[in-house]
Amino acid sequence: MIPGVKGVDERYGAAPFLTKTLRYVFPDHWSFLLGEIALYSFVVLVGTGIYLTLFFEPSLAETTYRGSYAPLHGFEMTEAYASALKLSFDVDAGLLMRQVHHWAANVFVVAIVLHLLRIFFTGAFRKPRDITYYVGLTLLMVALLEGFIGYSLLDDLLSGMGLAIAYGVAESVPVIGANLALLLWGGEYPGADAFISRLYIAHVLLLPVLIGTLIAIHLLLVSLTKHGQFRERGKTERNVTGTPMWPAYALRSIGLGLAVAAAIFALGGLIQINPIWLWGPFETGLSTNGAQPDWYMGWLIGALRLVPGFDVTIGDYTLIPNPFWGGVLFPGLVFAFLYAYPWLERRLRGDRDRHHLLDRPRDAPVRTATGMALLSLIALVLFFGAADRLYVQSGLPYDSQLWIFRGLLVVLPIAVFLLTRKVCLELRANELRPVLGETGDPSTRKPEEAG
Amino acid sequence: MSVLRAAWRWIVAFGALLIGRSGGRRPARVRTIPPPPESPAGTRAVIALLLLAALAFAGFGAGYLLDLGNTFLGCSLALGFGFAAAAAITAGKLIVPQEEIEEELGSHEHVDARAEVTAMVREGGEGMTRRGVIVAAGCAGCAAAAALALPAASLGPLLDENILRRSPWRSGRRLVDSKGEPIAADEIVVGTFLSAFPEGADPERLDSPVIVARVRPEELRLPPERSGWAPEGLLAYSKICTHAACAISLFDYPTFPPTQPAPRLVCPCHYSVFDAVGGGDVLAGPAGRPLPQLPLRIDAAGLLVAAGGYSGPPGPSWDGVRQS
Repeated sequence: MIPGVKGVDERYGAAPFLTKTLRYVFPDHWSFLLGEIALYSFVVLVGTGIYLTLFFEPSLAETTYRGSYAPLHGFEMTEAYASALKLSFDVDAGLLMRQVHHWAANVFVVAIVLHLLRIFFTGAFRKPRDITYYVGLTLLMVALLEGFIGYSLLDDLLSGMGLAIAYGVAESVPVIGANLALLLWGGEYPGADAFISRLYIAHVLLLPVLIGTLIAIHLLLVSLTKHGQFRERGKTERNVTGTPMWPAYALRSIGLGLAVAAAIFALGGLIQINPIWLWGPFETGLSTNGAQPDWYMGWLIGALRLVPGFDVTIGDYTLIPNPFWGGVLFPGLVFAFLYAYPWLERRLRGDRDRHHLLDRPRDAPVRTATGMALLSLIALVLFFGAADRLYVQSGLPYDSQLWIFRGLLVVLPIAVFLLTRKVCLELRANELRPVLGETGDPSTRKPEEAG
Repeated sequence: MSVLRAAWRWIVAFGALLIGRSGGRRPARVRTIPPPPESPAGTRAVIALLLLAALAFAGFGAGYLLDLGNTFLGCSLALGFGFAAAAAITAGKLIVPQEEIEEELGSHEHVDARAEVTAMVREGGEGMTRRGVIVAAGCAGCAAAAALALPAASLGPLLDENILRRSPWRSGRRLVDSKGEPIAADEIVVGTFLSAFPEGADPERLDSPVIVARVRPEELRLPPERSGWAPEGLLAYSKICTHAACAISLFDYPTFPPTQPAPRLVCPCHYSVFDAVGGGDVLAGPAGRPLPQLPLRIDAAGLLVAAGGYSGPPGPSWDGVRQS
């Protein structure tokens, strides 16, 4: 008898719960690991983030740089930027922690997005997992904001430009925009000295706690419904089969977590990211050509650039300034669509059943085609966010690209929709590996399951 | 060194423990899960990988103490985590019991319990659901929410959009460069530009920085009411884009054919393009309103001086700002 078990059971009667936990079933499929990758990158983010807070000074007080990076000697800058430089050059292992933190943020969002694609294309968002899906979407939104605020804290040239755009977007919200921006920034841009304190507390406390809470709710909901599973022999709508938590799955999952840490530390050690000392300190009147945000903000830059130049006006008065379309409405519509999709699909299919078996993408041609169309649209917008870099690479003038991309935005999603649907239908018609129904007999598969 | 020796003893002991446990020497008993697979090779691999991980982590320690730099530190930690990951995964696949289990999913339907919950909530709440109580509770809730939300108004200036309209530029205020030195008109030659700020004002304010560019006077196409705003072809505009507050930092002035289009000011964030010689009108890009122009004059000493305020509110647009 392991003494701990006896002790816990005597006090809390926890033995049956422990048994259930140790025998918790994980269906085996590589695509189920994407969410775990996000979880483990969050652990790396928290660990490295705590280290960074021990050195970073969220202050806009002016100072003259006297650190060991010679090219910036004598520059006037804020304590925030100076302390980030100190972290990078004068704190042992500081640069590693900074780069690992930044890389981990990128991996975190990549993993969440890939996880979302898996959930979407396999229909795992359907009842009973729809609320789990909403929590996950919320998590993605908070993660985007958290990442943006994170690299905006350092007060280097790029972070100042990003915040200026955020200010412009906030001011563009109809009716409340001007006051919203003044309240958030504590005054006209670049705002009150307290603004960086607001960013800092949001980045190191409010949003991480929110993310942690959402992760906890997400995992609790997952554990209540268990994972879905693909249609295979022996897997039905009424069971879940796979590897038990203890010992095999726990070891594999710990292995995955360590592998994620290994990959992120390798990135942080080998590949430079956000070399803030090259950008220099931010001043309101400064900007640079060819600036690119972190990848997950690129779709917003692309959207701001793609919208035709107009404000909605009455006579001489502005009603809706232009940044609202690309900076608020476009991401708002994308997320609104993603939130509404489970409901939409239920309505369109008249499907109120609980679904435990996952679809393969081909099993639901319309859903798969819709998802791919949306994905192609966002990918186009994201790529256009780098159109000025594309010009440097290819020589295709920016103005030409603008019109090509606007054209593609209309044509490509429709083409992708039709093509994907066709491919799904063909694949379904010519099954190389027939999908087996609940009884293992292909002929009993209900047509409505096929969508 | 004694620390290292002690650590080594622990590692050996741990390894011996693992090896000992994987053997089948204990008396047979009823198992709850299948026995682990016989894989001496797997066990040896796991031990080797764990020792390699320990070595890599120790390498990180040495690298930190000897100041071996970012690449070494990152790679040693990556190797440490990587070997540990390989050990965990190998252990999970080769040396612990492998089983595929099936769990029946209980029905999520509890029709009786639902009815019971509904009844309990209803019956327990009967006293509370009188109209008067609900209305009063609603009032108290709304008032509490409003009271608690109100301090958020302290975050910034409230309902004072004039903050966005004003600027430190006045007639007679000298233009200075980033070091605070006055700017002589002849410092700027045709086709070039520099950034300038109002003398004595905070250069970090959104409404402070201007871009001063020089064109040939005959290129000017300013509206008639701004005829004197660009002495000797020296033009000044707010440096902050009316689209999303980025700084205009590109002056497109073709010096060889084709010299069309006319000189333009460009924001590098979203490529709003403004007419430099025509009063700052939007030529292309997402900006919705012209770049505010600052009238200039050249004083007796040949220095640049503002001849008034901006032609419009500087900075990005908001609901309520005038377009021109």
